[in-house]
Amino acid sequence: MAIRLFRRKEEGEKRIKIPEGMWIKCDACLEIIYKPEVERNLNVCPKCNYHFRIPAMERIRSATDEGTFQEFGDDLESVDMLTFTDTKKYTDRLKESKKKTGRKEAVITGTAKINGIDIVLSVLDFEFLGGSMGCVVGEKVAASAEVARELARPLLIFSASGGARMQEGTLSLMQMAKTSAALARLSDDHLPFISVLTDPTTGGVAASFAMLGDIIISEPGALIGFAGPRVIEQTIKQKLPEGFQRAEFLLEHGMIDMIVERTRLKPTLTQILRFLARTSPQGS
Amino acid sequence: MILQYLDFEKPIIDLENRLEQLRRVDDGTDKNLREEIAKLDKKIGKIRKEVFSNLTRWQITQLARHPNRPYMLDYVNLCFKTFLEIHGDRAFRDDPPVVSGFAELEGERVLIIGQQKGRNTTEKIRRNFGMANPEGYRKALRVMKLAEKFRLPVITFIDTPGAFPGIGAEERGQSEAIARNLLEMARLKTPILVVVIGEGGSGGALALGVGDEILMMEYAIYSVISPEGCASILWRDTARAETAAEMMKITAVDLKKFGVVDRIIPEPLGGAHRDHKAAADVLKIAMVESLSSLRGLPIPQLLDRRYAKYRDIGLLKRKAGSTG
Ligand SMILES: [Zn+2]
Repeated sequence: MAIRLFRRKEEGEKRIKIPEGMWIKCDACLEIIYKPEVERNLNVCPKCNYHFRIPAMERIRSATDEGTFQEFGDDLESVDMLTFTDTKKYTDRLKESKKKTGRKEAVITGTAKINGIDIVLSVLDFEFLGGSMGCVVGEKVAASAEVARELARPLLIFSASGGARMQEGTLSLMQMAKTSAALARLSDDHLPFISVLTDPTTGGVAASFAMLGDIIISEPGALIGFAGPRVIEQTIKQKLPEGFQRAEFLLEHGMIDMIVERTRLKPTLTQILRFLARTSPQGS
Repeated sequence: MILQYLDFEKPIIDLENRLEQLRRVDDGTDKNLREEIAKLDKKIGKIRKEVFSNLTRWQITQLARHPNRPYMLDYVNLCFKTFLEIHGDRAFRDDPPVVSGFAELEGERVLIIGQQKGRNTTEKIRRNFGMANPEGYRKALRVMKLAEKFRLPVITFIDTPGAFPGIGAEERGQSEAIARNLLEMARLKTPILVVVIGEGGSGGALALGVGDEILMMEYAIYSVISPEGCASILWRDTARAETAAEMMKITAVDLKKFGVVDRIIPEPLGGAHRDHKAAADVLKIAMVESLSSLRGLPIPQLLDRRYAKYRDIGLLKRKAGSTG
């Protein structure tokens, strides 16, 4: 995303050759930073600690034990049940996102280990149609809760989403109910659900599974809320206070348990999982 | 209540006014006048039928938001006996857009929870135009828990443009409040009957909308985002709301096909706003029927059925090619 800086490389005739994408500009501090260094730092700016948005597979790599991830549910694809067209056809938007991400949908689900602890996880991908929740995302998230229940394992969900997917109409709204219902059953079985909020987590995803964690963790600076800032500004005709709807604001208002930097996430998850896993699951 | 009308209702209303004028001068002596009245009456019936059998989704959206449309408390007065309102979320404040209380439906005790928009300016402001804050949803949840404890069924009435998008709402966890209701309603150990009476606006509507049976008034709408909101995001132009309403397929007939609603409640010709009593009478019969069939189910079975209902909602395709 931040590679925009050198986009015009091909058009410019006499530009100095810079190895492609070696340098990027931080979205937050606007400093030019060396990409390999950022990557070593799990895509966190070494200058200002800004957490770059990262693709779902990147998150899985950074949070789970190498080679333990096994995907399920990747046989599911969206259908255009409303034959929806706005400025583009929904089917074209899907195609573009598939091409861009190499994925079929906006969530990846599977099993993995975190420091040897077996978990089930769902990871939303903001790169795919803004991580929006349509029927496939709802189905896969609900299925991950059911798999966690069957295997009696903790569930971990990483959210990154603008909300429900408008192009699937009211059926996408219903996915909020579907995912929440599946989490209710997981909860009844005394199995932990840890929700990790990343930038951004808003709308129908925030207002369903993302805010239902037994423990809710957020990355620093993540935008989290029900309504988008623009909608709120238009409704109340007021400027929003600095830091409004950011992770730090939610922590202060008692809405999340903790803010954890990406580089500290794996050890923190391990600690939480070890602590909660001591309660053995009971059927009743 | 001042009668207001929509553009497409105007030709009908104009003819109705003329008919009323004629009736006023009719003293029973003028045979031509009598014929004229009969003719006009027939014509009105025909036009009304024509207009209302070809409503666009945008027209239905306007009917769902009609200023004269019966609101939750109108149905409460017309369908239930002995309504006793109960207030507050026991944590922050009482939120007037959400109304709850004890009621009796044909002699059966039920807890009712619903969204109330407000009829005049003062009342609209007090009810925040039907847009709840988190404490409204938390009040609703408290009342649902009360229903569960005393083994009483819940009936909810949905009529909201959406959950309130405000600074305080975000500070107090609007998304958590909605999410919590979805989870708790999915496992509430008592029957839940949901009625979409007007506007089913997004998560703010769904937060009262998870249940065993979903009834929807014929000219109500239920959508993931308002047509205006959708238009402003996708077309960057709120004037495209009409197109957005068509695209999103938000009417009772559409949603019955998708399995989002179980039963459409027919409205009097011309819409519920033309005859509150008639609309309420039909709804009342449906509520009594639905509730008595739900009451017959043992709780574990009821919950399994509810879970399966939501687990199955959605359309997608598997690699094998089957759509389901
Ligand atoms: Zn930076």
